[in-house]
Amino acid sequence: MIPATSGGAQRPLLVSRPSVRKDTIIDRRNIDVEVTPRRAVFEVHQLSKIYRMGDVEVAALRSLDMKLFAGELLVLLGASGSGKSTLLNILGGLDVPTSGTVRFLDHDLTSANDAELTRYRREHVGFVFQFYNLIPSLTALENVELVTDISDNPMKAADALAVVGLTDRASHFPAQMSGGEQQRVAIARAIAKRPDVLLCDEPTGALDYETGKLVLRAIDRINRELGTTTAVITHNAAIAGMADRVIRMTSGGIAEERLNAKRLSPEELSW
Amino acid sequence: MKALDLKLIRDLLRLKSQVVSIAAIVACGSATVIAMRSTLDSIQRARDDYYDRARFPQIFASLKRAPESIARRIERVQGVGSVETRIVASAVLDVPGLSESATGYFVSVPPEGEPTLSALYIRNGRQLSPRAEGEVLVNELFAEANKIRPGDSLAAVINGRWERLRVVGIALSPEFIFNAVPGIGMFADNKHVAILWMRRNALGPLYQMDGAFNDVVATLAPGANESAVIASIDDILRRFGGGHAYGRKDQLSNNVLSGEIEQLRVFGTAMPFVFLSVAAFLLNVVLSRLVATQREEIAVLKAFGYTNRRIGVHFLGYALAAVALGAVGGIALGIWVGRKYTALYVAFFRFPSFEHYSSAVLIASAVLVSAIAAITGALFSVRAAIRLAPAEAMRPPAPTAYRPLLLERLGFGAFLSTGTRMLFRNLERRPIRTVASVIGVAFSAAILVVGTFAFDSARYMSDIQFRTAQREDIAVGFTNPRHLRVRRELAEVHGITRIELYRSTPVRIWNGQRSRQLGLTGVEPEAMLRRLVDRSGRHYRLPAGGLVMTSALAKVLEIAPGDTVILELLERGGERRFVPVVALLDEMIGFNAYMARTDVNALLREGPSASGAYISVVPEELNAVVKHLGLFPAVAGSVTREAMLKSFDEQIAESMRLTVIIVVSLASVVALGVIYNGIRISFSERARELASLRVLGFSRREVATLLFGEQGIIDVLGAPLGLLLGLGLAYWIATGFATESYRFPVVVTARTYVFSLAVVFTMAVAASVAMRGRVYKLDLVAVLKTRE
Repeated sequence: MIPATSGGAQRPLLVSRPSVRKDTIIDRRNIDVEVTPRRAVFEVHQLSKIYRMGDVEVAALRSLDMKLFAGELLVLLGASGSGKSTLLNILGGLDVPTSGTVRFLDHDLTSANDAELTRYRREHVGFVFQFYNLIPSLTALENVELVTDISDNPMKAADALAVVGLTDRASHFPAQMSGGEQQRVAIARAIAKRPDVLLCDEPTGALDYETGKLVLRAIDRINRELGTTTAVITHNAAIAGMADRVIRMTSGGIAEERLNAKRLSPEELSW
Repeated sequence: MKALDLKLIRDLLRLKSQVVSIAAIVACGSATVIAMRSTLDSIQRARDDYYDRARFPQIFASLKRAPESIARRIERVQGVGSVETRIVASAVLDVPGLSESATGYFVSVPPEGEPTLSALYIRNGRQLSPRAEGEVLVNELFAEANKIRPGDSLAAVINGRWERLRVVGIALSPEFIFNAVPGIGMFADNKHVAILWMRRNALGPLYQMDGAFNDVVATLAPGANESAVIASIDDILRRFGGGHAYGRKDQLSNNVLSGEIEQLRVFGTAMPFVFLSVAAFLLNVVLSRLVATQREEIAVLKAFGYTNRRIGVHFLGYALAAVALGAVGGIALGIWVGRKYTALYVAFFRFPSFEHYSSAVLIASAVLVSAIAAITGALFSVRAAIRLAPAEAMRPPAPTAYRPLLLERLGFGAFLSTGTRMLFRNLERRPIRTVASVIGVAFSAAILVVGTFAFDSARYMSDIQFRTAQREDIAVGFTNPRHLRVRRELAEVHGITRIELYRSTPVRIWNGQRSRQLGLTGVEPEAMLRRLVDRSGRHYRLPAGGLVMTSALAKVLEIAPGDTVILELLERGGERRFVPVVALLDEMIGFNAYMARTDVNALLREGPSASGAYISVVPEELNAVVKHLGLFPAVAGSVTREAMLKSFDEQIAESMRLTVIIVVSLASVVALGVIYNGIRISFSERARELASLRVLGFSRREVATLLFGEQGIIDVLGAPLGLLLGLGLAYWIATGFATESYRFPVVVTARTYVFSLAVVFTMAVAASVAMRGRVYKLDLVAVLKTRE
């Protein structure tokens, strides 16, 4: 089992670490999804994002309201252009909204400047991308170390690789690994810092069916075992089955929101 | 316009800063070609034109005194064209506004009319009146340095009497394009050396030369053999104290001028070569990257049926655009720098007309050479574009394979941070590009070293010459050899603290068939004011019992210490003596030979006598002593060390200013071009990686450090390498300049090295600042969305 206590000396930050006691969130495989009271990690209010493309304004998000609760696994479904990536980018501190507010715990992301957003990403957010985005000149282990080097209370890089089952590939360079392996390294890299949230943008988009499942299993395991609040965006409706909660987006707004009565394990999914 | 041409134009606009930086280097290349070659052409044209129009002689001879009738005999020598006899003499000059005295070198012109050879060009004022007495013309360089105008007066001590001379005109002569006279120093000293022309009927009586001459110049008839003519003239003049005639090659002014032309030729070849190599390399790197990013576009073009040739031409278009842009700038810059350089030479060389001239052929060839360099650089990447198979090009390139560093494979990996590993692995993965970038940076440092080392060397030479070897305050030359009693007369002058007499005489040294003509100097063995000093500044006591000669001369004559040579005494009508060579002295300049003064007296079968003296004085009495010495009938001229040193420093400072500005600009363009393109390409290749790091929480500064760090390593490797390369090139150029008698010492001071490094690193910082904005504005979302 991976040690999962939060701790270490806290520096005064723009965004303080959440006071969620991670060690209280245990394996919830058989626990009712309705955990009350639920603490919102993200609170999004009246969020709009408008891109200007030449003379045309494109609204990627239209007055969207949503929350992401501590410890839950949320799947954001939507076709391309539905605004799900824009939402994820804003939550992750990669982009800023045109209007509306985004609160991470008790801090406002909308008014943060670049340096503050950088610190926010560094200390609280783990990212997983469709195209892995590993550093080609670093080995699997070093790619994880890249993050643990700049974190306050990281896991051991080797432990993070163990979580995704890649201990034996530690000294391989990205060019020497399959897509699925690369994506799992990316996941290890994302979780090594013990992030408060794990944001995954089409994590299986570039992978085949079997490999995709392997990657989802890693995400599922991290959410369950480490209790990391996780948001996965995908256009693949089948993946919604592994979520606690599913939000379906169209045209920059929420079309449907539902709770899964039972969370399926990735092995039970099929598409 | 064809669609593909539109693509070319738009790509060029997108890559404008890269294209401009390459164009700037191409511009430097073509500008150096044009500037140096046009200056060379200008000087050569001015010289050839002047020599031709003013009838510059081909043979020069001096002697003691010969009756005018001897001129007829010289005219009858086979191969001789025209002959002109003259009287020349040195005298101490008192110049208004100049506290120290100057040396006047008088040259006679016929009593009426113009000289037939070495015609004078009157720049200002008028020609001497026929048979005028007390009228002189002075040379322009001296007149300018001392602000002398027609109507001004000078005083000269001629045979111990003050003579008042009225300047009626400022003149130029092809014999004195460079202001140098025999026996006075090795540097131009326009302030203290004057050429004065006087009617022969006036000059002759002053030196008891009525109906006689002591100098003769001649032209060669078409097809004549110079050395045969010289030998015949020597035969005639030997018994009149002559016998050492020489050709244009050894004529002082012409010799300096030819040296300068040769130097321009070497630099005009070496410098453009450096620039164009760098430009070719940069084009290769930039275009390779362009081809890599346009794989899919190339594939589509091929799929639609565009031929390889059309695609090749398309990519060559980028290189040609840089050349075209660079050539336009280079032509303008080259002509401008050429004008400045040509103008700089006006301080040293005077021609009646000296216009900057750049021929269309020169400009066309500069552009052509630049184009060839650029196309060579582009060919590799164009070939890569042509070779891409359409189907293969449609797929993304294979992921780049990395491997652990050599250092890590050796087990030192633990000492490297993750960031450092990234830096070094990136460098190691593209060894050729890394090495080429290092060389590019090295070249910019090398340009600085090679472009400015000449000043360090000149300063070193002046230091050795004026502080170690030549330590007298005043050097005086006597009109004729004097008995040593002259020492007592000199010693009476108030303020003189030490006098060392010397005896010099022209000789020809023979070893078998080899011979060289030079001045043999007899010095006091215990001399302290003039010492024998080698190129590294060590000084030696003169060994007794034989001849000491410079190593350069020994090499030419194939002489080793212990050998015996034949000395042909030109002053004694060519009498020969056997003399052993006892030591060699590694001097920087010239063919010199030394003996003890008493030994020279013995060789010449004369009593104890001297032809000049080195004198040291109480500092505050210097000017008074110089004035006083001028009144001695025995003294033909005097030179003060201080004045020579000052005038030398001024000259160096003047030419250094322009050269340093130009060299620093050129080196900066190369450094900036190499470094900026290096960062820019690295950035475009790694934008995605850097964006990923930003997303992972790396700050902008940390990401910038990773990007600039890679280039920083290249700079740190390249700059010191460049200093070495510069030193190597300096040796190469110095060897290129070395004549048999003149070896330019290569001296580079720490200051020059530090300055060169400072310029390169300043450009590195400038390039980073220029790129910082792009790194800071990296669009994280857009970069992450694109496929690798």
